[in-house]
Amino acid sequence: MTILANAAWRAGVALCVGMLLLPSDAAAHLVTTGMGPVYDGIGHLLLTPEDLVPVLALALFAGLRGAAQGRRAMFLLPVAWLAGGLIGLRVSAVPAFPVPALSFLILGALVAADLHLPANVVAVLAVVLGLVHGFMNGVALRQGAGGLGLLGIMAALFVLVALASAFVVSLERPWTRIAVRVAGSWVAASGLLLLGWAFRG
Amino acid sequence: MSFPRKAAYSFAVLLLAALALAAMPHPAFSHVEQGQATGFLTGLKHPWSGLDHVLAMIAVGLWGAQLGNPALWLLPVTFPMMMSLGAVMGLIGMGLPGVEVGIALSALLLGGMVMGEARPKLAVAVLLVGFFAVFHGHAHGTELPPGQSGLLYSMGFVIATGCLHGMGIGIGTVHRWPAGRLALRGAGAFIACMGLFFLARALT
Repeated sequence: MTILANAAWRAGVALCVGMLLLPSDAAAHLVTTGMGPVYDGIGHLLLTPEDLVPVLALALFAGLRGAAQGRRAMFLLPVAWLAGGLIGLRVSAVPAFPVPALSFLILGALVAADLHLPANVVAVLAVVLGLVHGFMNGVALRQGAGGLGLLGIMAALFVLVALASAFVVSLERPWTRIAVRVAGSWVAASGLLLLGWAFRG
Repeated sequence: MSFPRKAAYSFAVLLLAALALAAMPHPAFSHVEQGQATGFLTGLKHPWSGLDHVLAMIAVGLWGAQLGNPALWLLPVTFPMMMSLGAVMGLIGMGLPGVEVGIALSALLLGGMVMGEARPKLAVAVLLVGFFAVFHGHAHGTELPPGQSGLLYSMGFVIATGCLHGMGIGIGTVHRWPAGRLALRGAGAFIACMGLFFLARALT
């Protein structure tokens, strides 16, 4: 059973990586705040639900898993995002597969299920989310804020993840944790719908 | 590092500010995006546009309130997920026979469950709610007006659905009083009667 589960996991990862590598045209939607590239980056994150919601979902999941996991996500996500962004700044194509839909679906489902997974899973999720979404941000920011925009995004990510995971950690009453899980189910449901829109074209 | 309670309030304020910013139209972008705010609002309004949809979702909340934990939150979690699955079926062109009949039956049966204060096993309740949610998603989840954001429409649609469940749960809190229990069963009877009406209309 374990062998089968491992094989399925590896196949899933391979499939995801394969789909992510399929190239397509860049679709940049940049925010111009008028206050410089760092603020453009912050604005880009806060005004782009495709990025903002998965980040919040990861922070909620990390918070559900405890303060230590929240700290891991808080440091790993911005660094991975920067790394992905720096790669993206040098590439002109983005994945054809609807990455945000997948992020919504996986992270939302994890929050809703509140699964007690191994400690490293939060770290892996933070790195993968950061690399993939950071890469797409980097591609988009080539035409605008560039590397300084990525720094702004990093700062905003650090603050967002810190506050969101702290918010969940601070919840004491059982119904408040259930409310977080319900919010996760909404994120997953939105991701499922987004996947449908993506396949419809 | 400690996670103080103040951080929770700071987060709530920051999140509200971000959501308020995100909901505003952004005319000065270098690549102008259109239909973002309207997409969210369209999705938010859509579930309220059909009485059959509204009654069935409120019935889910009412039933959850009658059943108590864990059905109280498990049913409203199941419904949006399965509804989205139904919408995906619609979006990829997978047909579902008798959609309108299924929606009418959902109001009839879920209203009947509330009326009878039925207490099946949790799995049965979840299966029933999930089964009917597919019909609602297939019928309503695919109606995105042209030029609007699919993501924000989806989020608005799911949030509005959740709020309707929440409304049902809120009403269902009267279940703790004897008169409230009677009133809930009356509400269930009303929803079941409306379901019967929807069914008659769907079959003619």
